Amino acid sequence: MRTIPFFLISLAIAGLVFIAAFALDNDYYFFAGYVVLQYIVLSTAWNILGGYCGYVNFGTAAFFALGAYSTVTIYNLIGNNELPHVIPIPVLMLVGGVVSGIVGFGMGYLTLRLRGAFFSIATLALAVVLETLVVNWDFVGGSRGAFIIRPENMPVLGSYVRYLFLMMALLTVCSLTIARLIERSRLGYGFATIRDDELAAEASGVPTLRLKLIATTLSGALMGMAGAPYPYYIGYLQPDSTFALDYAVNAIAMPLIGGTTSWVGPLIGAVLLDSLQQIITVTISSAVNLLIVGCILVAFVIIAPNGILGLVHKYLQHRGDDFVGRRKVDPDAPGAATDVGAAPEAPS
Amino acid sequence: MSELLEVDNLGKRFGGFVALDGISLSVPAGERLGLIGPNGSGKSTLVNCICGTLRNEQGSVRFEGRPVDGVPAHQRTHLGLARSFQLPRPFVSLSLVDNIRIPLLYTVSARGTHHTADYIEDHCHGLLREVGLEAKARRLPRDLTQVEMRKLELARAMAAEPKLLIADEAMAGLTHSEIEDILALLVRLNEQGVTVILIEHIMSAVMSFSRRLVVLVSGRKIADGRPEDVMRDPEVERAYLGQ
Repeated sequence: MRTIPFFLISLAIAGLVFIAAFALDNDYYFFAGYVVLQYIVLSTAWNILGGYCGYVNFGTAAFFALGAYSTVTIYNLIGNNELPHVIPIPVLMLVGGVVSGIVGFGMGYLTLRLRGAFFSIATLALAVVLETLVVNWDFVGGSRGAFIIRPENMPVLGSYVRYLFLMMALLTVCSLTIARLIERSRLGYGFATIRDDELAAEASGVPTLRLKLIATTLSGALMGMAGAPYPYYIGYLQPDSTFALDYAVNAIAMPLIGGTTSWVGPLIGAVLLDSLQQIITVTISSAVNLLIVGCILVAFVIIAPNGILGLVHKYLQHRGDDFVGRRKVDPDAPGAATDVGAAPEAPS
Repeated sequence: MSELLEVDNLGKRFGGFVALDGISLSVPAGERLGLIGPNGSGKSTLVNCICGTLRNEQGSVRFEGRPVDGVPAHQRTHLGLARSFQLPRPFVSLSLVDNIRIPLLYTVSARGTHHTADYIEDHCHGLLREVGLEAKARRLPRDLTQVEMRKLELARAMAAEPKLLIADEAMAGLTHSEIEDILALLVRLNEQGVTVILIEHIMSAVMSFSRRLVVLVSGRKIADGRPEDVMRDPEVERAYLGQ
């Protein structure tokens, strides 16, 4: 499918979801749905760097918070006048995206020589540094936090949370389209070579440095865009909860559960996991959330290391092999080939 | 013949270990050069320094008369320097045909030649056919044997349409007839104008392929000349057979 039809179809699906929630006429669905959508964007963004390029980012909360605090900064700059909400959410998203994108670029530039666990630790450090900065920055509320007074209602839509839901749905469609576009492009092939073997990628002419910078910038920008409307959603923004580990853990767990090699993975993972979290929050307790995520993650790492998509692929391949087996004997079938260790580890 | 590659007084250390000690080497365009030496003599390090995988601390590398010191590896590939790795490093999550596609997408297009998707697809299959892997074009590298992975390495290096191809032990573990095939392939490439540096332990292959032979021992170049002369060199005999 081409990109534009894909974008339009996703838009239509997002529209249907919105209409369905609208028909239920209960703001709770918008309230819970917003978080699910937010996590689709966050996990898709994480997957661009983590899944496509293989660089595990533990700093999702930092980029998310950058977006959120960009909004708080703008809100405070405009001042406590009578029209604090004159700036539309898409503009705030763009600003948050630009700020986080720049920080993502900087992070990429500073951590280019780091690989594996060292890169992850550096991203974790970034979150700690940024949180310290925000806690000590009075203008955005410091450790006291910041209040955002959101408008009661929006014309046509009704309550403001419906408007936020709609904006987040648009962002979700955009980020899924971007992720899918990357996957099928020259850039996506380049990202895959970085994930597989950077030395071989360079030897094949892939400018790994530039591609990694594109990935960190894009991933950071999308996370920031997801964070920008958050102050309006929550009403009271506080560093502890904005920089919470939940974001980092969820943004990693969701693509891993869904499958990291395709744009569908983070989508499936986010919808499943966060819907579950929302249900648990209202039925059992919000405190059990991370525990549940942890248990599911452990289970998936053991049972399905390639996520749900990996399971599906395996199943399809299995059926395919059976089919081939019945029709004719293929000496070149994967079972017939000697399986030598695929990952080359020693440098030449 | 003009010099395609000039290595001048190249030095590389790993801590206190001197891997390369003042290597000078010039390779004219169209040459078929064999590079031999015992294990650990610095052959792969030399290749890594020439291709930009490692930085040389001393000396310089010039390609087509232009210094390439400090130029990142991918740009050297764009300039026309391609290599295969001694231990195959395939892109494990990509199918064979996609492995070959990468240099076409990133190197050949960077030179300003834009091919259609169909041409690239056909060309990838053609290259796989040349190394006898076409039947597995849609498979992943993990379905290959070590020998097939070496062929894939070579095909991927060839896909970059290089001016200089460095084949780093592409033939280890291959059967006699497979070696003949690969040699024929390299000779064919050479006849098309590609300069080839062959690093190999299999002496029969090196001797039949090379027009010139360079011997490295302990990071130093001890011989450089016509293969027959080099093999008669007492220092080379000493290095290979002991005293």
